[in-house]
Amino acid sequence: MPRGRAVGLGALLLLVLLMPFALSGFRLFQFTQVCVYAMVLLGLNLLTGYNGQISLGHGAFYALGAYTAAIMIDRWSVPYGWTIPAAGAACFLVGFLFGIPALRLEGLHLALATFALALAVPQILKYFDGWTGGSQGIVLSKPRAPLGIPLSPDQWLYYLALVVLLVLFVLTWNLLRSRPGRAIVAIRDNPIAARAMGIDAALYKSLTFGVSAGYTGVAGALGGLAVAFVAPDSFNVFLSITFLVGIVIGGLASVPGAIFGALFIQFVPNYAQEISKAAPWAIYGVFLIAFMYVMPDGVAGFLRRLAHRAGDQARPVRPAASTTPKGGQHAHT
Amino acid sequence: MHTRRTILALSLTVALGLLAGPASAADPGVTATEIKIGHTNPYSGPASAYGTIGKAIGAYFKKVNEEGGVNGRKINFITLDDGYSPPKAVEMVRKLVEQDQVLLLFQTLGTPSNTAIWKYMNDQQVPQLFVATGATKWGDPKGHPWTMGWQPTYQTEGHIYAQYILRNVPDAKIGILFQNDDYGKDYLKGLKDGLGDAAKKAIVLEQSYEVTDPTVDSQIVNLKNSGANVFFNVTTPKFAAQAIKKAADIGWQPVHLLNNVSSSVGAVLKPAGLSASKGVITTQYLKDPTDPQWKNDQGFKDWVAFMDKYYPEGNKADAFNVYGYSVAQSLIQVLKQCGNDLSRANVLKQAASLKGFAVPMLLPGIKINTSPTDFYPIEQEQLARFDGERWVLFGELFDAGKK
Amino acid sequence: MAIDTFLQQVVSGLATGGIYASLALALVMIYQATEIVNFAQGEMAMFSTYVAWSMLNAGVPYWAAFLGTLVLAFLGGFLIERVIVRPVEGKPVLTLVIVCIGLLVILNSLAGWIYSYVIQPFPSPFPRAPIRVGTVVFGPHDLGVIVVTLAMLGLLYAFFRYTTLGLAMRAAAQNPGSSRLCGIRVGRMLGLGWGLAALVGAVAGLLVAPVIFLEPNMMGGILIYAFAAATLGGITSPFGAVVGGFLVGVIENLAGTYIPFIGTELKLTVALLIIVVVLLVRPTGLFGHAVVRRV
Repeated sequence: MPRGRAVGLGALLLLVLLMPFALSGFRLFQFTQVCVYAMVLLGLNLLTGYNGQISLGHGAFYALGAYTAAIMIDRWSVPYGWTIPAAGAACFLVGFLFGIPALRLEGLHLALATFALALAVPQILKYFDGWTGGSQGIVLSKPRAPLGIPLSPDQWLYYLALVVLLVLFVLTWNLLRSRPGRAIVAIRDNPIAARAMGIDAALYKSLTFGVSAGYTGVAGALGGLAVAFVAPDSFNVFLSITFLVGIVIGGLASVPGAIFGALFIQFVPNYAQEISKAAPWAIYGVFLIAFMYVMPDGVAGFLRRLAHRAGDQARPVRPAASTTPKGGQHAHT
Repeated sequence: MHTRRTILALSLTVALGLLAGPASAADPGVTATEIKIGHTNPYSGPASAYGTIGKAIGAYFKKVNEEGGVNGRKINFITLDDGYSPPKAVEMVRKLVEQDQVLLLFQTLGTPSNTAIWKYMNDQQVPQLFVATGATKWGDPKGHPWTMGWQPTYQTEGHIYAQYILRNVPDAKIGILFQNDDYGKDYLKGLKDGLGDAAKKAIVLEQSYEVTDPTVDSQIVNLKNSGANVFFNVTTPKFAAQAIKKAADIGWQPVHLLNNVSSSVGAVLKPAGLSASKGVITTQYLKDPTDPQWKNDQGFKDWVAFMDKYYPEGNKADAFNVYGYSVAQSLIQVLKQCGNDLSRANVLKQAASLKGFAVPMLLPGIKINTSPTDFYPIEQEQLARFDGERWVLFGELFDAGKK
Repeated sequence: MAIDTFLQQVVSGLATGGIYASLALALVMIYQATEIVNFAQGEMAMFSTYVAWSMLNAGVPYWAAFLGTLVLAFLGGFLIERVIVRPVEGKPVLTLVIVCIGLLVILNSLAGWIYSYVIQPFPSPFPRAPIRVGTVVFGPHDLGVIVVTLAMLGLLYAFFRYTTLGLAMRAAAQNPGSSRLCGIRVGRMLGLGWGLAALVGAVAGLLVAPVIFLEPNMMGGILIYAFAAATLGGITSPFGAVVGGFLVGVIENLAGTYIPFIGTELKLTVALLIIVVVLLVRPTGLFGHAVVRRV
């Protein structure tokens, strides 16, 4: 890593670590949400960006994670710390199983199947109201910092989400650089060639689905804890679409893109309504389209291009450095 | 010795004064010239039809401010979009309380969103007044003393229909269409509780729909074929209009009990067809702005004048604009009663001591009453039957508070 | 009694299915032109219907308003493609999808702002009196929806099969490179495809509005079903989309009626499950053609 970049990253990390002492509880809540969304986007990007399977249904896994945690806490009085990995594991399993039939579905059909999942989950949550509290949902208490650490619940949750996010980041990076990671990408780029090289496409695709859902489940559990409430209305179809918006805006097949996407889906709707209360969605839509014009490969793709251009100017001799991949689908970090 | 005692006494007085004095004046959101009020409802997303309530409230506060405000203070109304999503509502409400430092939260909309912020508001001890939902749980002065509803509860209304059925339809076979959420299920519970033991035998079919369903045709067909002679219609305006129309189209003519949510003549019955709507029964507590019988009513004329001047882009056929106007008037009454003591505790105290307050757009005879043990401001409703042109009120004023 | 219920549910399912079919047809048109599912299709149809409503309110006769709306919808669709979609042409598919989502929210929000959310009645060109066959009752409008949808299908089929323009449009969508060499203006063909889809969507809106009433969110639920229908039928086949639409309508009604433990509360879930299972068995959809992959 170049020195400038290391210093930049270090400064960013310091800033992120010190934020809880400078910001109000409300702002921290917002940034906790950003961390949570970033986890979802990491997972979704693994599936859609790196493995080429489009999901319009990650809101369903998010809901599943949130409800797993909420039911464990509310019904069985499990300490919340255990519910987060449990939510991840439950969603991994469901995602993996869902991935098996989904193997036969490609492109649009998979989009429909996942979309169906997003539509069905709120209905199912309402149906089994003995467990889920039905449409009334489940009210939770905000977790306090353990061992008497002098942090407010907002500060504690922020750190918790941040640490989990960092762990997931490291996991993702390592995964993508490993043999399975290369297999995942190879399946997207050329499924037939990948198969010819002896990659078990079916297994890897289902596994990717599982891992992606697992990330989302962990995020759902943390999101549920931060909001301290889960209800079917929190997980409608638009949530799934918002996640898709997040990965495209952040940048497909880009790990840091998850952060940009999360910042976008958390804050841009708020700015939109500050501009117009009469038609906030109209403003939001304009933002969406404008972003896609300026950065068709997402924020990460845009930054990459900027960096390339800067590099070109610094070393004009290097010839083809500006051959940025056209399709964001095929860009790598 | 003597002086020392005086000093001690003096410092005690000062200390006590510091403790007690500012407590009444130091709550956030109030200055000598301004009262900050927070509000959330959906301005975007599939539930944005409710957004007009927030706009009507804002317009009414503008009118109040132009007329000099409340005890010389102008209302600063901060309204935010929550898209009917509980997590977003939590975020927006925390912004209002922690960043904008509002005195109180007013008319936050939707049972899920209000449930999400319920605990927070009571922990923070910030009034959550006149929430825009008809769930029963908002009247809980013991467990949640900072939260109060406004409109009659859905369960109360369900009760009224149950009584009507028990008295008027001897061999009732009831078919129910309800929205599959907290609102629909609350109505259902009210009806079943009201029917008591008779419920099991009388209810022959329950059909639900989702807000994403394009039509409720299939459900209506099933209800007709169940042989029901009473139709309890718990639907929002679009589905209510569809249900009325479809029932007429397939020749089903039960005793049709339509929930108050969809009782607008202009926004439901007219689109569905006035002749198809003839004979439908509902309960009312507000004057329907599209009902010709209020044409010369002073309260209605004032409302029209208000709409023309302060919210001209608003739709006058929309009952939500009457709702917003009336609930805003109720809050102004609370603030007036507070006088110069605009502490959160006193706001709550005054909200819980409304006595016989008449809102012009409430039906004649309906008054708002609250007390420290009664957190249900509107508890009176009246049955009405549609005669093909207007709602004809009949029977006595039902009062859930007198039981 | 039982057979009555069954028949009535089938008839009513066909009627709503016709609605899904007409919007699914529009989805297929755009898919053929641009290879994306246009999520804004429903809102475009809704907006067109409001345009018709405004004309009717201004005293324009029904059929004049009908034709006027189709012309405006066509121009609107053409312009949307040429002005809004064009800058992201050739970009990754998901980028286009996001632009469509942007369009969806803009149109939805604008309609609410301009026309408010109060539902509006919308006239039907067909007679009102219900038709009775035995104990089964259906509205002439329902029949009209089915007939118009089938007629639209026939016209589109003829257009793409027998007219030069139709053939050029298909060529432009399937192989833009070679089409350009043949002198086909590919960009303009794409615009025409969108225009045509918007026109078909407008017809759908005009057919739907008398049944479900006019309001800004009217197409939200229908788009979901139309998407399912188009996928079920095979997204590349207009014929499949129409059959898919009717099937979805009927499956949904029968599932809600005859699977008692599920009842209406899980109706949509079950309908979607059935569709996904069908797709598992027939991965190209019912009438789509398999894509041959070159290695």
